[in-house]
Formats: sequence, structure tokens, C-alpha cells
Amino acid sequence: MKVRLTNLIIGLVAMFASTIASAGQGTQLNLTQGVTEISQTVYGLHMLVFYICVAIGVVVFGAMFISIYRHRKSRGVEPAKFHDNLRVEIAWTVIPFLILIGMAVPATMTLLDMDDTSDSDLSVLITGSQWRWHYSYLDYDVEYLSNMATPREQIYGRLPQTENYLLEVDRPLVVPVGQKIRFLITSDDVIHSWWVPEFAVKKDANPGYINEAWTRIDEPGIYRGQCAELCGRDHGFMPIVVIAKEQAEFDEWIQGEEQRLADARAEEERLLSMEMSEDELMSLGEQVYLSQCAACHQPNGQGIPGVFPGLAGVGVSIGDQNAHIDIVVNGSAGTAMQSFRNNLSMRELAAVITYERNAWGNNTGDLVQAADIHEFIQGNQ
Amino acid sequence: MSTTVTDTHGAHDAHDDHHDHKPTGIKRWLFTTNHKDIGSMYLWFSFAMFLVGGSMALMIRAELFQPGMQIIDPHFFNQMTTMHGVIMVFGAVMPAFVGLANWMIPMMIGAPDMALPRMNNWSFWILPFAFLIMLSSFFMPGGAPAFGWTFYAPLSTTYSTDSTALFVFSMHIMGMSSIMGAINVIVTIMNMRAPGMNYMKMPLFVWTWFITAFLLIAVMPVLAGVVTMVLTDKYFGTSFFDAAGGGDPVLFQHLFWFFGHPEVYIMILPSFGIVSAIIPAFARKPLFGYASMVYATAAIAGLSFLVWAHHMFTTGMPTFASLFFMYMTMLIAVPTGVKVFNWVSTMWRGSMTFETPMLFSLAFVILFTIGGFSGIMLAITPVDYQYHDTYFVVAHFHYVLVTGAVFSIMAAAYYWLPKWSGVMYDDFLSKLHFWCSLVSVNILFFPMHFVGLAGMPRRIPDYAMQFADINQIVSIGGFLFGFSQLIFLAVALKCAFKKGEPAPAKPWEGAEGLEWTVPSPAPYHTFDVPPKV
Repeated sequence: MKVRLTNLIIGLVAMFASTIASAGQGTQLNLTQGVTEISQTVYGLHMLVFYICVAIGVVVFGAMFISIYRHRKSRGVEPAKFHDNLRVEIAWTVIPFLILIGMAVPATMTLLDMDDTSDSDLSVLITGSQWRWHYSYLDYDVEYLSNMATPREQIYGRLPQTENYLLEVDRPLVVPVGQKIRFLITSDDVIHSWWVPEFAVKKDANPGYINEAWTRIDEPGIYRGQCAELCGRDHGFMPIVVIAKEQAEFDEWIQGEEQRLADARAEEERLLSMEMSEDELMSLGEQVYLSQCAACHQPNGQGIPGVFPGLAGVGVSIGDQNAHIDIVVNGSAGTAMQSFRNNLSMRELAAVITYERNAWGNNTGDLVQAADIHEFIQGNQ
Repeated sequence: MSTTVTDTHGAHDAHDDHHDHKPTGIKRWLFTTNHKDIGSMYLWFSFAMFLVGGSMALMIRAELFQPGMQIIDPHFFNQMTTMHGVIMVFGAVMPAFVGLANWMIPMMIGAPDMALPRMNNWSFWILPFAFLIMLSSFFMPGGAPAFGWTFYAPLSTTYSTDSTALFVFSMHIMGMSSIMGAINVIVTIMNMRAPGMNYMKMPLFVWTWFITAFLLIAVMPVLAGVVTMVLTDKYFGTSFFDAAGGGDPVLFQHLFWFFGHPEVYIMILPSFGIVSAIIPAFARKPLFGYASMVYATAAIAGLSFLVWAHHMFTTGMPTFASLFFMYMTMLIAVPTGVKVFNWVSTMWRGSMTFETPMLFSLAFVILFTIGGFSGIMLAITPVDYQYHDTYFVVAHFHYVLVTGAVFSIMAAAYYWLPKWSGVMYDDFLSKLHFWCSLVSVNILFFPMHFVGLAGMPRRIPDYAMQFADINQIVSIGGFLFGFSQLIFLAVALKCAFKKGEPAPAKPWEGAEGLEWTVPSPAPYHTFDVPPKV
């Protein structure tokens, strides 16, 4: 029996090892070296500590296996009687201590380097909220939201998953290479954590407080990460994409963005006097609703009972119009409902409120125009 | 560990067996003040919770078998991860250790029972109600808590559902149960040792539990405080963790981990005691470095209060705080290393046999040490930025908690089952259980290191394509490990129904200690007259 059991185990282990090996082709099994000086230092530290652990493991487990093989009763061994040895005990207290000092010195140097955010060339304010990132360039008049771009059809298996499944966004963060970029990280609601493995940057976004981190990227490219702190239902659907460009390209991009945002604001002013038709409002509204609201209130407006309120046939969506505008524009303090005032244009706000008041059988017949939103905000101030 | 007792005491106790007065049926279990009954109830309760928490883990692994959402909603997934953690920590591992303490500490120190038997009954019987409250939250609108077993504010305050209130109350009850259990252990050990059983003669299981009990008394009130603050922040308008009212969400994490890190050692120190009893028994050689084992345990317990913020390196602490917590955390490797070296030296030049308790203990030494290695890696702050909140961490704490704590509990169960039940466990099934568990647990947890290093965050219900292969392997390992535990259920039931060879008073040739001087099964009352040590 014993022999057969052993054979079975060896067979299973071999099977498992070959599965791992075949899975290993093209599958990343180790930490990334990343694309910054810091990330490479971090990788070096990781490998150093790993090899030290392997060496200790070989010695300790080696002694154990020799003992298991040689000092077994079935070989007729008589047990020895010793039960302590002061010299050995001092040695295996002091030697690990020295090894630890050997690890602590480079770790300390690296940490001091990572925490030094002084003399940066560019600052980006990163704000996490359920479940998207907001990027604001402090040195330029540019800010925008970054939402996951993977469609629900892929998540729920109605379409095949594509290469960057769950790691793609509508508007990535764009930064220049070779510059010291300082990230100021905070949150609007719960704690999030902004993590891009290739930069070895992971910092928590704490509501009400601002954390700092920095990076200097060596190579242009697209780098992907994810939110790393449990932040509610869609924690797994909050990716980060960073595009690093050459300085000249970056300058061109950021100037284009500044211009585009300025144009959009001017356009918005102009459109305030223009009425949108019901069809226009409803189709834009549905689009905005699905990208901004559906994560909580659900595409069918039913919400999740006890967690997120429904909008179909209940609450503000069929009640007072101004109260409805108020909660979308200003949010609701003490709940997960955030303020959309800075995240959506007045046109989009008007459209999404119209959509909520008329979709899913709500049929209030109310059409909210950008001018109504403008008036509400003016009256609010 | 040099306890020697003559056999006459054992015979004497067998005689006492005839004076057992106990009610029968449900009343026996409801009103019992007997440490053996209460110990058994703790152990069965913890095994039931182990299966409940385990089935939640299988739900998680089923959803993660392939990319995309197939089975459950992300919100329910978060409920699963939360309740799996809470139930395994507070329902499975901790009550199992309390059960072992109840059964073994009085028999190991030659006491007739625990010092406070009525409180003992109370501390067990409030536990099922705590978990009934906790589990009933699944039927509330919005379901059970979904903020992780670490319940970080403000996800657990402003942004949580009303099940938070049930979570808080059941945590309070569990905390009370733990504190009462700990007081009982301390009072028993300090006052009820048999004549001659001085502190440095106590078996290491007694020593490690003695130190664990002090840890429990120190940190459980902190947990009670922090859950109360969550409750008042959510319902009574306080702002402990809300910056808008002058509070700080990071304060929550400091308070939680000030409890949480000692809690981790609460779940491993008794394991050290178990393994320190079993390895000498099957190596037929005294434990190497008994005194240094005691000092190392005390050192680990002391250091456990100085390392809590290593769970929080990414929260934006001042650099020098990070450095302090990194150094303190690395320091823990020294006493832990001493323990591992002592176990290996105990085996060295012994005369080993490999009965099931020994197999689990050997697996414990190797796999717990692997968990220790990843622990050292995690202590290095700059690299922790990469590991933090990934599957690397999940792999780490499952190596120390499953192949550490749970394997040691299995080892203890096999070691003492003959004493508890009076029959030998089914040897074939027990070995099958061991080998199935050993292979599957490594298929389950080892690849998690890789997928974590490759960048997969923890607590996500769906993942990017490059993590698909490894998650599939992990899920297969999860199901194999989960179903392997049913073999243990079969073994335990066979013993409970006395199906097996009758066990002698001392079934293990090399075992030492007072518990082997009484007959198997241990009589309802043991050591009415204290033995001489």
C-alpha cells in the first residue's frame, strides 16, 4: 500500500508540474522589472531576498530531509539524548540577525529614495471614486475622468474577451518620459489604491487626505494597473492606463487638450440657449447613464436592494424635478452618491436626468435642458 | 517536558470514572461545565464553521475559475470574501484552539477541570449565537457585510449596508467569548498546576496558550472599541474615521491592525505548542531547546505589538514610521527561526516514525516556513509596495493559516483522538486525508504567489486574461482541498461512534505528558486527586 500511495503522489506531482510548465509559457510568473530606475531596484531587492530565502530553505529543509531519511526507526536507529547546545543556539540567533541587517540596508536606501517627492517636473492630482479615476494636471488647465472601457458584454460572456480585458480605459493618463512626475493621490469616497506595477508605485487614495508618490519613466509605452484596495462592488473594474510619451509629443498633446477643453466650455455656453429634442436627450442620456450610473443603479434602473436605491418607479426620478437635479449635481452627503457637477457637462447632466425621468416606465414627460441645470447651479451659488 | 508519573495514578482515575454524574441528552451539552464536553463542543463547532467558511471559498474559486462573471454578482462575491475571512478566523481557527485548550490544558497540568467551569460553558454557548446573527445578515436587503474581514472605514461605515450593525454585535459577542476563554486559561494555568509542575516543566502547548491568552486579553478590547466606533460613525453621527468631521480613515487601520497583528499570532502560537509536543513524540527524542522555545514564544508575542503598521505601508505613513515597522517586522524572523531550527534539531538523530500526526507536523514545519519566507519578503517596505493587496499576500497568509494553523490543528486532532474517543482513528483514511490535503493545498496556494507577483490584486471577482491559466489551476486545487476535508469528517465520525481499535492509555511510544497517564478514552473526571510530577 505504502509504495502504491507514494507512486500515486509522485504521479500527481509530476502532472501538476507539467501543467504549471505548460501554463508557464507566456504566463508571467515573477515580479515585473518595470520601466523606472526605482522599479528595477525594487525588482533587485525582491530577487535578493528571494534567493536568501531559497538558500536558508535549502539548508533547513535539507537537514530535515536528511534526518527524515537517515534517522528513522525503520532503519533501526537508536535516538540520541541531547536536548540543547548553547553555542549552536547562539549561532542561529546571531547569524539570521546579521542576514537581516544585510537586507535592511539596501531596503532602507530604496525607501528613502521612493519617499523623496521633492523637485518634481510635473504634478498630477489623482482622485479615486467609485469606480473611476479622475486626473487633474496641476500645471495645466486639463482634467478628466478615466473609466473602464471594457464593455459589459465581454464581462458577461456575450462577446469574447479581448487582449486588454478589464485593463483598458476610455481616457488614459498621459505623461512625459524622463521627467520626475509627482502624483498627489486622494479619494472622493472610500479608500482606493493607485497602482501601476511597472513604476513600482502603489499608494492609497484616502478620502480627505492627500498622499504623494513619484516616478520617472524611462521608456515610452502603455502601462496598465488596477485599483489595489477593496472599494466596493466594482473594485475589480477600476483599471489604470498610463501612456508615456516623448516630451515633445506630450507637450503637443497637453496643448491640444487645453484647447479642446476650452472649446468645449465655450460650446457649452453657446448651447445653453439651445433646446435639445427628446430623442437627443434620451439617446445622450442613455449613453451617460450606462457609463456613469449603471454600475450602482443597474442598467434596468432597479438598483441593488439594500445597497443602491432603484430609480425605476420610485424616489426622485418620479418626484420633484429640482430635487432630482440637486442630487445628481451635488450628490448626497453620507452616501455613495457622488457629485457629478465637475464630471459631466451641463448637456450631459440634463440628458441623463431626462433619461432617468422617462426611462423604464417612469414616463414623467419632463424634459430637462442644459439651461435648467445652469439656472439651478446659478441659483445654488 | 521531563514529566514522569507512575501508572498507579492512571489506575486511580479509571476508578473515579464510576462516579460520573451527568445529565443525558441535550441537557448534558447545554448545562455542562465539564472541560472535556466543552472542548468537544468547541471542536465540532469549529469544524462546522470550517466547512461553512470553506464552502464560501469554493464559491469564490468557482467564480474565479475563468475570466468573466459567470456565477455570482460582484457584490455577492465581496460578501463571500468577507464572510469567508470572518468565519475562518473567528469561527474555525480560534474556537478550534480554544477547544484543544479546554480538552488538553487541565489534563496536561494535572488539574481536574478548568478553573471557571460555568464561565467556560457561557463562553462556548454565546458563540453559536454570534455566528447565527452574523450569518442571518445574508437574508437582509443588501445581504451580508461586503467590506472584507478587515472592514476598512469608510467602506464599512458611510458606504455599507445595514448588515454592519449585525456584524458589529456578533463581533462583540465573539470578543466576549474569546476574553472569557482567555481568562479561564490564565487562571487555570496559574492556580491549578499539579504539585511539582512548575512553569518551566509545563508542556509547550500549555506555555504557548498561556502567552496567547495574554495576547487575547490585550487586543480583544481594542477590537471591541474599533467595531463600536464603526457603529457610532455609521449610526450616531460621530466622525472617528471621517475627515469631513475631523476624523481619519487611516486611524481605523491603526486600531484594527493593533488588534489584527497580535490576532495573527493568537492563531499560530498554539500551533507551535502542538508541533512541539508531536515532533519529540515521534522522533523519540526530547524537544531541543525547551527554554529557548518558551523565550522565543514570549519574544514573538512581545514583538507582535510593535509591527501592526506593516499591513499599512501604502497608506502614506511618514518614512521613519515605515522604517521602524520594517525593522521590527524583520526582527520577528529571529525568534521564529529559532523555533524552526529547534524542531529540525529535535528530529536530528532521533528515531522517527511517520504516523499521521507526525506527517501533518512535518508538513507544518516546511509549509509554515515557506509562509515565513514570504513574510520576510513582505516586510521589506519598498518591495511590499509591489506585493501589497495582491495574491502574493493571499498566498502568504494562507500558507501560515492553512498549512500552518489548520495543519497543526489536524495534527493535534489525530494525536489526541485516541485519548478523546478511546479508539484509534482509521489509519488508511487518515493517511489518505493527509496526502490529499498536502498535494491539493499546494496546488491551491502555491500558484497564488505567481499570479500575485504578476500583478493580480486580491478581492477582485474577475481578472485580466494573463491571470487565467493560474487561476484555473488554483481553483482546481481549491476544490480538491475542500473535498479532501470530508475524509477528515469521516475519520472523526468513526472515532465519535467508537468504530476502531480500542486505544491504549498511551498509543504513541515516544509521547510524554500527564494526559497519557489516564486511560483512553479519558474518564469524564480526571485528576480529582492531583498527580505528583
